[in-house]
Amino acid sequence: MTEDLYHEIILDHYRSPRNRAPELAGAQVHVHHNNPLCGDELDLRLRVTTGESPSIDAVVYDGEGCSISMASASAMTEAVAGRDLGDVDDLAQNFRAMMHGEHVDREDELLDGIAFSGVARFPVRVKCALLGWMALRDAIATFEQGEESSRVTHEEPTL
Amino acid sequence: MFDVTTIRKDFPVLERQVHGRPLVYLDSAATSQTPQVVVDAMDDFYGRYCANVHRGVHALAEEATAAYEHARGRVARFTGADPRGVVFTKNATEAFNLVAYSWARVHLGPGDVLLTTQMEHHANLVPWQLVREQAGYELAHVPVTGDGVLDLDAFDEIVGSGRVKLFAVTAMSNVVGTINPVAELASRVRAANDAAVVVVDGAQSVPHMPTDVRALDADFLCASGHKMLGPTGVGMLIARPELLERMPPFLGGGEMIADVTLERSTFNEIPYKFEAGTPVIAEAIGLGAAIDYLEDLGMANVRAHEQALTTTCIDALTAIDGVTVHGPHDAARRGAAISFAIDGLHPHDIGTIMDREGLAVRAGHHCAKPLVRSLGSVATTRASFYVYNTPDDIAALVHGIEVTRDFFGGRV
Repeated sequence: MTEDLYHEIILDHYRSPRNRAPELAGAQVHVHHNNPLCGDELDLRLRVTTGESPSIDAVVYDGEGCSISMASASAMTEAVAGRDLGDVDDLAQNFRAMMHGEHVDREDELLDGIAFSGVARFPVRVKCALLGWMALRDAIATFEQGEESSRVTHEEPTL
Repeated sequence: MFDVTTIRKDFPVLERQVHGRPLVYLDSAATSQTPQVVVDAMDDFYGRYCANVHRGVHALAEEATAAYEHARGRVARFTGADPRGVVFTKNATEAFNLVAYSWARVHLGPGDVLLTTQMEHHANLVPWQLVREQAGYELAHVPVTGDGVLDLDAFDEIVGSGRVKLFAVTAMSNVVGTINPVAELASRVRAANDAAVVVVDGAQSVPHMPTDVRALDADFLCASGHKMLGPTGVGMLIARPELLERMPPFLGGGEMIADVTLERSTFNEIPYKFEAGTPVIAEAIGLGAAIDYLEDLGMANVRAHEQALTTTCIDALTAIDGVTVHGPHDAARRGAAISFAIDGLHPHDIGTIMDREGLAVRAGHHCAKPLVRSLGSVATTRASFYVYNTPDDIAALVHGIEVTRDFFGGRV
């Protein structure tokens, strides 16, 4: 059962994070999300293309947290690269549904994110896997409101 | 007579496997395991003399009442208390709430200070916060220093105001194991204000070391049955009877009354005034059996056994590169609840992998968030020991740490 939680792909993202960086040149938005109950802290920086239909130009994350939260953020950054902002929102909904054990249409487009499907069997760890995605959705909403930063505290209990 | 090999045979659960591995139970600070004699005592109640207490004149009711009151006597003897001052509650938390609502709410008001510490379990923080809304007293906290002990200079400064009217402190930290000098602190509080009362959290100390409520100089002592080999569902408030006499009831209902009209009631004598409704009969009887079991082992022997395990465990953990043990390292100054950190690894990941190895450890904030924050952390991994643990369990813990690090290897 541990293998469902700690899939080899998850461990790979944890050991070799992608797009993990404390800064992002030209970023328009910086959000900080934390979950005080389990201690996860996540900074996410987003650079969006300008134009008719803005899309993700670059996204980086940094933070402290358990392997699930950090690896999920890492896998997310790859899955959303280059996508339109509205499309990202839909993909995020797919990821959330998968975390609640539902079948989703776009699981292939989640790329390595599909490896987190097993986390659904560990309800206390679902919040960990969602943290990066929630931060990204917040970053997009913040950008669309013309703001530059946001801080969010998630109070949902974990362990 | 303390022989851990014999002791282990009394705990059926220690035979079981978890994820295909022998269980190594290192979470007794949360809930201890139950010896068969405790289960048998409760079985006997349900199988032979199940009845309500203090009511009815039939044989079963008399036997149940005698067994229940016998258990009260056991608690009293075990803690050096007057049986009239022993109130059975559902847990230690309810005992704190009883004191908060029936003492603090009545006797403390604006201008008074209710002093707790940063080391407390939420059970010894939240009730005082709730009642403050009604009573209007001030809350103050003794801070904890970096090595997990109370800052006594800050304590003296707060107490020196003479306004501390209730001091609530744990005898032993559930997170960092620190044993506090309760009697010394109590005497300083009383010297500054002779109207002050002292509430002691004994949830971690009563199960693990000899307890004498008079030596602790406590007015109120709260403890929990399921942390001392007893069943869940029963806790204790041990109080000076003269204080209980002066306190209004906490919960109302049957059992706690002397007479009832539709308009008003007069109340039963103590401790029954504080045991509204049918009490925790089977659980109290089980707790009495647990106390008998601990007394047979000898609490000084229990303490010595755990002190030796604590030394072995802290030596083993501190020898591992990248592992930090929180709290005092000297086993004479602490109990056997040992929180530690592994560089680069989150406690929830550690707890999950250890579980796969059959190791039951606790990961989280241990219901003591202010203390865990003072460690510069939000969560710790905790191993805690009791009468049935052995040095082999510590070897298994060390192995579990190695397995965890290998599993997440690469980043650490």
